[in-house]
Amino acid sequence: MERITIDPITRLEGHGKIEIFLNEEGDVKNAYLQIPELRGFEQFSIGRPAEEMPRITNRICGVCPEAHHMAATKALDALFDIDPAPVVKKLRELFYSAFYVTDHTVHFYALGGPDFVLGPDSNPAERNILGVIHKVGVDIGIQVIECRKRNHEVIKMLGGRGVHPVAGLPGGWSKSLTKEERDTILDFSQKNIDFALFSLKIFDDIVLANQAYVDLIVSDAFTHKTYYMGTVDDKNQINFYDGLIRVVGPEGKELVKYPSKDYAQHIAERVEPWSYLKFPYLKDVGWNGFVDGVDSGVYCATPLSRLNAADGMATPKAQEHYERFYETLGSQKTAGLYAPVHHRLATHWARLVELLYAAERMQELANDPEILDPNVRPIVTNTPTEGVGSVEAPRGTLTHHYKTDENGILTDVNLIVGTTNNNAPIAMSIKKAAEGLIKGGVVSEGLLNTIEMAFRNYDPCMSCATHSLPGQMPLEVQIKDAEGNLIGTQSQYID
Amino acid sequence: MTGNGKPKLAMYWASSCGGCEISVLNIHENILTVDEVFEIVFFPCIADFKIKDLESYPDGYIDLCLFNGAIRNSENEEMAHLLRKKSKVLVAFGSCAYEGCIPALSNLTTKEATFNKVYIDNPTIDNPDGIFPQLVSKVDEGDLFLPNFYHTVKSLDQVIDVDYYIPGCPPEPHQIWAVLQVVVGALTEGLPLPPAGAILGAGTTALCEECSREKHEKTIKRFYRPYEIQPDPDQCLLEQGIICLGIATRAGCGALCPSVGIGCRGCYGPPDGVEDQGAKMLSAIASVLDVGDESMEEDKLEELIQEAVDTIADPVGTFYRFSMAHSILKRVKNGKGAV
Amino acid sequence: MNDQFEPVIVGFLCNWCSYRAADLAGTARIKYAPNLRPIRVMCSGRVDPQFVLQALRSGADGVLIAGCHPGECHYVNGNIKALRRFMLLKKTMEQWGIEDERVQLLWASASEGTVLAAAVTRMTEEVRALGPLRWGEKVLIDNRAAAYAVIQEAQHDR
Repeated sequence: MERITIDPITRLEGHGKIEIFLNEEGDVKNAYLQIPELRGFEQFSIGRPAEEMPRITNRICGVCPEAHHMAATKALDALFDIDPAPVVKKLRELFYSAFYVTDHTVHFYALGGPDFVLGPDSNPAERNILGVIHKVGVDIGIQVIECRKRNHEVIKMLGGRGVHPVAGLPGGWSKSLTKEERDTILDFSQKNIDFALFSLKIFDDIVLANQAYVDLIVSDAFTHKTYYMGTVDDKNQINFYDGLIRVVGPEGKELVKYPSKDYAQHIAERVEPWSYLKFPYLKDVGWNGFVDGVDSGVYCATPLSRLNAADGMATPKAQEHYERFYETLGSQKTAGLYAPVHHRLATHWARLVELLYAAERMQELANDPEILDPNVRPIVTNTPTEGVGSVEAPRGTLTHHYKTDENGILTDVNLIVGTTNNNAPIAMSIKKAAEGLIKGGVVSEGLLNTIEMAFRNYDPCMSCATHSLPGQMPLEVQIKDAEGNLIGTQSQYID
Repeated sequence: MTGNGKPKLAMYWASSCGGCEISVLNIHENILTVDEVFEIVFFPCIADFKIKDLESYPDGYIDLCLFNGAIRNSENEEMAHLLRKKSKVLVAFGSCAYEGCIPALSNLTTKEATFNKVYIDNPTIDNPDGIFPQLVSKVDEGDLFLPNFYHTVKSLDQVIDVDYYIPGCPPEPHQIWAVLQVVVGALTEGLPLPPAGAILGAGTTALCEECSREKHEKTIKRFYRPYEIQPDPDQCLLEQGIICLGIATRAGCGALCPSVGIGCRGCYGPPDGVEDQGAKMLSAIASVLDVGDESMEEDKLEELIQEAVDTIADPVGTFYRFSMAHSILKRVKNGKGAV
Repeated sequence: MNDQFEPVIVGFLCNWCSYRAADLAGTARIKYAPNLRPIRVMCSGRVDPQFVLQALRSGADGVLIAGCHPGECHYVNGNIKALRRFMLLKKTMEQWGIEDERVQLLWASASEGTVLAAAVTRMTEEVRALGPLRWGEKVLIDNRAAAYAVIQEAQHDR
């Protein structure tokens, strides 16, 4: 059996490799996504004081430590049975919104954007952030750097540090906001809104105005009909910080809506011997293999799925763009609600809609007079037992579950991490893309990039750079016969 | 990949979280200077060079390699050896590579317990056949391979020779930029590099020097968990009974955590002259714990001190939070050895 | 030849009291277990926990810290600091998985040769019963070559 290995997968957080097997005709028989790493946070957190978890679980991911910090802090709220004061929730959500702005910005410009702004078949030398700059203007790179800079300043202001924040406490936050800080954040939030609208305009001008790209987005190779998960408020609008977890089916029908403490009733995880990463699926539907459809418990948790799982956005400009998103992609409206969009590449657009929402939300919260209340650090006296906390990480619903003894020392920990939710759908997307492109054993240059695009729209947990892709993606694909003899190579930019 | 005479830069992550990469990017506009000066030749986070490319480079091809992440499995170790061969200057970048960091907390448990917790014994697992990830697994189409998860997490210098260390979890951007400027100066103007084995991008003494809180004589009677009191915003946290590892931690970060009312946990590693950060912290805490005096009966003394000591939750996990791989004892007993 | 396990016990004895007690046990020809390796420090308060850990790491099966009785310290309260360090160290020994009896603290004044001798003999038997610690050999043994061989064997056919 012929075999193609792509190792390592690059431009994601962590390590991964893809193994593709061809049948006798040279068509794709199967493709496997292997994650070769494990650190074991669930085990070594046992014996640690629970209040240390916001700072320990930060280190699960240095790109989205804010997400783990927040999920952990909310788990502590539940553990100690405290409902935080309104100022605490607002301060946390303000911090979290700044994080969303910087994180989504970087993914669009450095990872997802180049494929669209320049096109999947464009010259690979140009297909990176530098090419984006050439196409849309040299100010772009500086704007992206400035966006990251100001939002990381907010993260540091509120969380203590630019990476791996520390301020989360059970029922509280370790520092309050001063008036000067609030005014700075207000100013930044307007700049963020302008930047989000600008980014959406780029998407309009460069992607939506180009029929070839639109065809790509709606093509079958990149379409999967699965369940979609997201967190919603009491109006079924997206909220990244808090709400109920909602899952809708491929036709848009709500399957279930539950508080995070019930997560174990709805999610189960499978193990395959060829990957260290587990495969979550919906218990309410059951596991039916790596397949699409209403009978398959495979679900995804991405910006696209959040938009699909919600009925709308909670801020006005984002809501406008939400509607435009569904209308443009031809979604049928029934009883005032849009049917889900299944085109995975549309996730890049959904991400920009969320970027706008995060910026508007930041402004709303900064304008709230309660945000200056200094009473953010309560004294906690309850005896801890067990608690679950969840947030929407940019890459998916993130759940932390802690059990402790009466001294608050952890006795058990379970975590369902953002990208983990998407392990099965990512694998399916890779396989479908490979099937569509490799025929008769012929490996084309388009394959190399398309496999990456199939992976990339999920924003696998490593967003990066304001620039610095060489444009020439050196990649070598080896084709071996059943005895392992090399019979052909396809490579680009390897001397 | 055509060469163009610029010095070659690589950044690799072993068992890490990506925070070091983000911290590098947080030098913001200075990244444009890095791009001007260096040619990136291996950096899986942001560029698509594969292992095959790295293998094809001549030895010493890479001028500066920033290696972050701890050595958790056989793939991490293989990459460490490979990058050592291909690099002129190799830096243990960040706490994981320097001294183990958070992944090394796994040395307080065992591989067996870890696999059991992750794949068998948890509230959401669906694994009735008790499947564990395998080094080799047979699927219909052929064999699939995974690296070997070691029993013990090691620091980078426990598997290869390291030229320099940059401590921090992650190293602060202003420190990263300061170090890069030194390297750029060496490469472009022939300025001298620091002595081999040096710890760069940090101070030499304890964090207290950088902390703006007021410090008085320490006469601590007991310790509090961070949610048990509302600390005074201006006074030293340790003096108020909040555990802060600043007294046993190298300066360099600017005392960020204490500035927002949270005790330091030592991510910059020990100051000069200290081998085992956790033991030194233990000693320092005991020195400032003002409980019991020479006028008391032996039994009473023990009772009082025990009460005070019992207010410290999880001493090993707290004092060794970042430095487990560099500690004297390195791991708990596991019946399996260190690898 | 006696095959019995002979524990190695490293002792940190303070100059003013417990080291003199050991001297006294010697000049008084008191018979006691020969397993102690004494190291003289000026005060029990000088004993850095790193010394204790390094001793255990380097082959000691047990460590004894001995100082003046509270109230009799030549430096007034050095031994009180030693007691605080010792009690916190014990808590960490529990977490490392090192048995309680392997690290002990003793007060012995300069005239208490018999007390010191009896304590060393008793501790020797306690540690003998626990068996060798051999931290470096048993806990930190570097069997990486074996772990590697497994991987290389598995991938041999690739």
